[in-house]
Amino acid sequence: MTTDDRDMETAMAALLTRAPKTLAPNVLAEIGLADRYARFDSPIGPLVVAWNGLGVSAVEAAPDDAGFEAAHLARTGRPAHPVERLPDRLATSIARRLDGDRRVRIDLDLRGHSDFERDVWQKALEIPRGEVRPYGWIAAEIGRPKAVRAVGTALGHNPVPLIVPCHRVVRTDGSIGQYSLGGPANKRTILAAEGLDPDALETAARAGVRYVGSDTTRIVCLPTCHAAKRISDAHRVPFRSLGNASAAGYRPCRECRPASGAMAA
Amino acid sequence: MDTDSPLIAALAQDLDGSFEVLVRSHQDRIYSIALRVLGDPRDAEEAAQDAFVRAYRALAGYDRKRILELRLRPWLATIVLNLCRSRLGRGPAAGRAALSLDLALPGGLEPRTDESRGPVATSAAREAAHDWAGLLLTLPPAYRSAVVLRHVDGLSYPELAIALGRPEGTVKAQVHRGLALLRTAFEAAQRREREEMTA
Repeated sequence: MTTDDRDMETAMAALLTRAPKTLAPNVLAEIGLADRYARFDSPIGPLVVAWNGLGVSAVEAAPDDAGFEAAHLARTGRPAHPVERLPDRLATSIARRLDGDRRVRIDLDLRGHSDFERDVWQKALEIPRGEVRPYGWIAAEIGRPKAVRAVGTALGHNPVPLIVPCHRVVRTDGSIGQYSLGGPANKRTILAAEGLDPDALETAARAGVRYVGSDTTRIVCLPTCHAAKRISDAHRVPFRSLGNASAAGYRPCRECRPASGAMAA
Repeated sequence: MDTDSPLIAALAQDLDGSFEVLVRSHQDRIYSIALRVLGDPRDAEEAAQDAFVRAYRALAGYDRKRILELRLRPWLATIVLNLCRSRLGRGPAAGRAALSLDLALPGGLEPRTDESRGPVATSAAREAAHDWAGLLLTLPPAYRSAVVLRHVDGLSYPELAIALGRPEGTVKAQVHRGLALLRTAFEAAQRREREEMTA
């Protein structure tokens, strides 16, 4: 082999190489023009979790891959490609969040949804594990007290159930209500896994117990507020309405803010 | 006329709808630049991925006029070269790659020019490519980048001047100097080989 410039130039030109097949899909996922998805175990069985470089974009009880991919494309306009499993960090974050650790940050990709929907979901994120709030409470807290029905619709459209805990929002009459992730039975299972007794909740609500006060602190709470759970039976005072509680000299709890629910109820 | 003109018009019109075309049509050259500058296929894939992500974010912030004025080929080359430079400046992987003349060329990464030839020619060509890739890595990074952009990627000198942000005369000199160094390295390697055979 001689080494004139022409030969070297030919040798250099031969160093043009095909990019690995993984490059383009990784780029598109990273910038949020395509999603990845994997199966994930939850208290209600295996779920599909989809994500991209911007955050988690879907949590769904999808029976099969083809069905999920078609639905995801129709909903988001983005293709979803299956991968073996969730990235370790995302899997750990979701598991910790489901365990009630609210310090874990999970980025969400909620592009294409309205400000109202995002407000509703943001507010639902504030409800602690093991507690529930009425639809009207969310409506009042986001400054749209009359939009109770729209809140229900927005929660039904929550693309990332479990991560945004719409299962912690119940009907104003205290019944558990509907659930987008496979129906109301799943909602009860998840609430039970979070330490609540859905049957007892509904029984108490049917008996007219909407609020619970403590006769030592004179504070009135929503029944599942963590402060209300600490009241001993001897000091627990049930109320049908905040009006009754207020007439009896009780003030609303600052943590669960029961007045928000009452305004809309 | 620039072959990227229709793509640039599409990017200015609908970035999200056309960015995949940009990735698919430039991925081989951007990956090749990174591979020939860095030496390590994994580093190269990361740098190339990073380059496209940065390109997308930059385009998302540009107005229509600025996108229409872009020279896509040198612009993308600048982005990936900058990322390669910062990688060369930091990792031990980069240092290792630059010192080794003995880099494996993993399966699937063979140069595409030899596909029509027979198996013997292909394997000989693969070996030659392997050797040249190793020699290229012995060049100082500035000369290596210039040679890679001109002769692996095939940028013109005006494009090279844009990509490297230097006058055309300077980049021409860099390419020539790089090729001279490459020839010296090649001849030294051949001498070593002959000495080993006669020893």
